[in-house]
Amino acid sequence: MTAIASDTRASRQPISFAFLAQAILIANSFIMLYPVVVMVLSAFKTTGEIFEHPFALPDFTQVGNFAKVLGETAMPTYFANSILVTGTSVLLILVLGTMAGYAVARYESRTNTFILLFFLAGLMLPLKLAVIPLFILLRDLGLLDSRWSLIVTYTAIGLPSAVFIMAGFLRTLPSELEDAARIDGASEPRIMWSVMLPLARPPMAIAAIQNAVPIWNDFFFPLVFIQTDARKTLPQGLTTFMGEYTTDWGMLFAGLTIAAAPITLLYIALSRQFIQGMTAGAVK
Amino acid sequence: MQASPQQTRPLKHHLWVAFLVVPPIVFMSLFVVYPILSAFAYAFYDWKGLARGEFVGLRNFREVLFGATMAPVVWNAFLHNVYALIALMIIQNGGGFILAWLLYKEPFGFRFHRVAVFVPVVLSTIIVGFLWKLFLNPNFGIINQALYALGLDSLAKPWLGDSSTALGALILANAWHFVGFPALVYLAGMQRIPPEIIEAARLDGTNEWQLLKNIVWPLVAPSTTILFTLLFIGAFNWFEIPYVMVGLDGSPFGTTDVLGLVFYRTAFGNQSASIQNFGMGSALATILFLFIVVFASMLTLWLRRREIQF
Repeated sequence: MTAIASDTRASRQPISFAFLAQAILIANSFIMLYPVVVMVLSAFKTTGEIFEHPFALPDFTQVGNFAKVLGETAMPTYFANSILVTGTSVLLILVLGTMAGYAVARYESRTNTFILLFFLAGLMLPLKLAVIPLFILLRDLGLLDSRWSLIVTYTAIGLPSAVFIMAGFLRTLPSELEDAARIDGASEPRIMWSVMLPLARPPMAIAAIQNAVPIWNDFFFPLVFIQTDARKTLPQGLTTFMGEYTTDWGMLFAGLTIAAAPITLLYIALSRQFIQGMTAGAVK
Repeated sequence: MQASPQQTRPLKHHLWVAFLVVPPIVFMSLFVVYPILSAFAYAFYDWKGLARGEFVGLRNFREVLFGATMAPVVWNAFLHNVYALIALMIIQNGGGFILAWLLYKEPFGFRFHRVAVFVPVVLSTIIVGFLWKLFLNPNFGIINQALYALGLDSLAKPWLGDSSTALGALILANAWHFVGFPALVYLAGMQRIPPEIIEAARLDGTNEWQLLKNIVWPLVAPSTTILFTLLFIGAFNWFEIPYVMVGLDGSPFGTTDVLGLVFYRTAFGNQSASIQNFGMGSALATILFLFIVVFASMLTLWLRRREIQF
């Protein structure tokens, strides 16, 4: 579709308009990328160099800031916590979301409408506004100030959208697949695990990205739930770090660069999947 | 079609289905439904720190909306949320629409521009906030440094310290962070318009402006519905950017205070006054929640009416 459409789109454009469009796009991409470039360049400079020559290219062999961030600060701990929390949450979201989505999509039942409405309500309600009762609930469960407090919260937030993505996809699979396996005497769990789920990898990837990015980037829930430095995730740890090195701008930019690097590089490598996953809720 | 296993082995089948649906439902009930229902209940009680006191009816609500200490702060913050909503509607969603239209024509380098516009979207709000806080620093930030380099010294300002520019700076930082989202959602919406419609309009000699106004804009109405609703919800939940860039008190002098900051200060206290008031916090959250649900539903219904099926 794109290939055919592109000649009709490009045609019949006055030259001046095409020129203006190109100028706006280049200016916009510059505005989007230049701040990120300055952040990375400044990370290679000393604070004095940043203040004296903010726009100059640095000496790229000067990696002292990075070494200090990784060697002398708690940044590696924050990283490990973020990976642990994001990974466990996404795994739980996929497991629970696939279970409910599979039941709703593959088994006729009078309760299906109720189950879907239940998860639809969860999709609409911003859990952020229920943070006080959530705080008290987690305290009563003894989970406050633990990484589990974040994992259960993120799983609860991400679960409804995963149920809808998985149910929407699983519903489109032909029932002949199941029927053939049933005739061969396969059990229901076996059909789900060996026949249907191997086909459901694409929607799982979408659900994973859609949830992993906001979880990785979240700041609000750690701010409320976590006090112990050793359990902080990256965005929250970053506020601690930024507070410690307020005047050492070389360190600040190196910290920001290290914090931004994994997700930015992953995005550049998998931009199509990222865009598809992150806009999945808004694009039908 | 799946009726046969239900008839032949009902109990085993029901157990299997229950095994699939019960854990997710229990999880959601415990960590979403229960907290949200309690949030309403908590607002009707007096709280002593973390302990629930006596039932006080609507007192917390009255205090939040009309009380001498809370109300001025709440209404001041509400106004800033409204400003942010209107400004972001124009800059972020409007800018996103224009960028989408330019990308839709697939000009030279459009793949690069499409990836570039989404780079800030994947970054954490905390990184974005700190980055712009450093750039807007009055002495060493690159914004003022660039103005000095260009000889425009008179324009240099302490952007985040000046009451007249601080809120605008936060709004622009937010727009920089998120403009790629509406841009790519609108782009997907435009790509779903059958190309014949646009081609036919072009053959009729429709100019660019008429094409956008009369054809593209009405046909991307479903994207508009979602983007405007999401922005509405986001604008009244605004928290991270102000928290990182201007602090918990909405400095200078509360000119950047927003409801998210007021809620956090009320419920979880701040450095200067470590008082927790869960009752008032819950009342504020309940009011905000009802406001968002009522207005977001009205907005969605109103926007849906202008959607065209094709």
